[in-house]
Amino acid sequence: MTHDLTAALRSVLGVDRVRDDPLDLALVARDASMLRGDAAVLCWPETTAEVAACVRVAVEHDVPFVARGSGTGLAGGATPVGDAVVICLTRMNRIVSVDPLARTAWVEPGVVNLDLSREVARHGLHFAPDPSSQQACSVGGNVANNSGGPHCLAEGVTSSHILALEVVLPDGTVTVLGGADPEPVGFDLRGVFVGSEGLFGIATRILVRLTPDPPAVATMLLDFGSVSAAAETVSAIIAAGIVPAAIEMMDARITAAVEDYVHAGFPTDAAAVLLIEVDGLPGGVALERDRVAEIGRSCGARTVRIAADAAERALLWKGRKTAFGAVARIAPNYYLHDTVVPRTRLVEVLDEIYAIADRHELLVMNVFHAGDGNLHPLLVFDARETGVLDRVHAAGDEIVAASLAAGGVLSGEHGIGLEKRHHMSSMFSDVSLDLQARVRDAFDPDQRSNPTKVLPAGSRCGDLQQVPEGLWV
Amino acid sequence: MGVRTISTEVRALADEVGPVAAGPVVATGGGSSGPAGGVVDDAARRVSAPAGIVEWRPAEMTVRVLAGTTVADLDAVLGADGQCVAMPVRPGGTVGGALALGHSGLRRLGWGPVRDCLLEASVVTAAGEVAVAGGPTVKNVSGFDLCRLLVGSLGTLAVIGEVVLRTRPLPAVERWLSGQADPADVDAVLHRPTSLLWDGATTWVLLTGHEIDVDDQTQRAATLGLAPGEPPPSSSFGPNRWSVAPGGLRLVPGSGWIAEWGVGVVHHPDPQPPRPVDPAIHLLHRRIKAAFDPTGRLAPGRTVLP
Repeated sequence: MTHDLTAALRSVLGVDRVRDDPLDLALVARDASMLRGDAAVLCWPETTAEVAACVRVAVEHDVPFVARGSGTGLAGGATPVGDAVVICLTRMNRIVSVDPLARTAWVEPGVVNLDLSREVARHGLHFAPDPSSQQACSVGGNVANNSGGPHCLAEGVTSSHILALEVVLPDGTVTVLGGADPEPVGFDLRGVFVGSEGLFGIATRILVRLTPDPPAVATMLLDFGSVSAAAETVSAIIAAGIVPAAIEMMDARITAAVEDYVHAGFPTDAAAVLLIEVDGLPGGVALERDRVAEIGRSCGARTVRIAADAAERALLWKGRKTAFGAVARIAPNYYLHDTVVPRTRLVEVLDEIYAIADRHELLVMNVFHAGDGNLHPLLVFDARETGVLDRVHAAGDEIVAASLAAGGVLSGEHGIGLEKRHHMSSMFSDVSLDLQARVRDAFDPDQRSNPTKVLPAGSRCGDLQQVPEGLWV
Repeated sequence: MGVRTISTEVRALADEVGPVAAGPVVATGGGSSGPAGGVVDDAARRVSAPAGIVEWRPAEMTVRVLAGTTVADLDAVLGADGQCVAMPVRPGGTVGGALALGHSGLRRLGWGPVRDCLLEASVVTAAGEVAVAGGPTVKNVSGFDLCRLLVGSLGTLAVIGEVVLRTRPLPAVERWLSGQADPADVDAVLHRPTSLLWDGATTWVLLTGHEIDVDDQTQRAATLGLAPGEPPPSSSFGPNRWSVAPGGLRLVPGSGWIAEWGVGVVHHPDPQPPRPVDPAIHLLHRRIKAAFDPTGRLAPGRTVLP
């Protein structure tokens, strides 16, 4: 069976771009999550026509397929399930065209997020979504997950920056969703495809909106004696009508870890620090910078450090963006969560998260997008310790429940994938889940494209989708 | 618990829509948008979403509102706290109507499309049940983004009952400028204007923000001959709405039109020539309509695809 499948794919892509030896398959058995699956074969198409041909081979052999970008996903969205064909898009990494006047670019899905911004920097433009993994993650993966990042507070998440998608639908048909024009006819198929986690097909070319670089930027580090004072500052800034480009919070533990790692002068005795950036025209930036500093001080900020130049700004951001690397010095493993709560309930939910971790005898660190209430509790542990994973998962489930109880949502930017599908019925009623399942069926009646993800088993009557036995969660 | 409790108002709307056996229905808003998508069968019962603001918390920059609320009423309440929604205000136009139509206002260049301000929607399905799409927070990727399908669906997929919208701060200062400059030149010297309009000869630009920034941008625009003035009169906006790739605006035929530079919406006296639609897109539309409304009872006679 697998032999026939491999042969069929090789007839399309040649011998070298199709692999099925166990070592290669092991490499794509999981993404950056801890969820491991099984691939039957992997292939590297280089054109839209080749992607469509690979999908048609999967259809003809009646096997599922999974698109894969850089594999940086944290929810198991790219984990192959059920001996799937893994379609790697890393070779489709061309920036096809850039229109600096319209401020748009057509790119292939394998283009690395940061490479796109670097390429268009000479036009004074950038691609606004900036996940922490932006040095590795692909634009196609950003589309699949509707990715966020620190600067999505002011600029919006990936969906706001995608104008059109050339896609291979799950039956192998190629079409374009959305368009370069502002109001394409019909339903917003582009909008519903973004964030569909690979269940609606494969994006093979992406028309992105590019954002002008701000003429002025002010980056500030505020440090606080309590987490609640930092959280109050966040709410007070937003209530004052200021939408900073980014507001990031780090608690005491992560701040100490980061400082040990990057030596950026982060205050290691602070209970919490806020990294805040305002941008725009110089006059307004100066006003907002001063106003943010004033609000911070009135809420109890002990110090307000303003980056003097681009180098200092880069250093502060390096501290934030390498936080997860810094954690490796504390314990060999971590489990990163991703929920969102209303901004005004940050303090109580953080308190609850610390209590949950204590109850399960786990160390938790918090580094997150405070401006939009997007929490990233990081449970750090040593997987060699007997029984620790059970405690990690139990704590994770309680964190999700606490976030939902506070009026929040399951995921802010990492997606549902395999990791959180069993939580979906905690947020959505059966009627609501049925509607989502029906829309998936509209795109993929055969449930061939990345099956078993996002929707819990039993979302529809007669739905038998199950995670196969042996899947390592 | 995390599953949203359905408000009594939305429950009542669901009762009004009723089960499939209750026959065809169509949601009506303020009637400000005309017969978009075609004329609905007379047999369809008219239902209207309730009105009222359910929850308004300025520090969240989100508002929960019943879909029958007018955009003007909503903006009045938000405005008292220095905020607004990025939705066009039309006489009598409701929040649900603005979402169902999906047309942005003249500030789309700076404020983004209407579709981006919808975070969560409680809708009545074609089966007369209540479903929730999206989530109440400014950031959310829990499940498929069904809110995007609702915006611009002209009421053909579900009846919108209650929504959570993203709000934005009202700018301290707003200033229209106009002159005979080329819009591309204006675009090049200004940083992210809120609106840039062009009728083939005159360019209008809306600057918003801090006074110091608006003054700075006004001076820059003055080098191209733009001076403070009024926006184009509403009578000069043609009744038809064209959607054109921004790069193609110089090729718009006819006269008497006003184009939104950088966006591609053209307010034109004549209808836009039909745009071809790929057969695969037609098929997806049929399947999505069937997924939401298998018996075709919602807004019969109306279609989003010409």
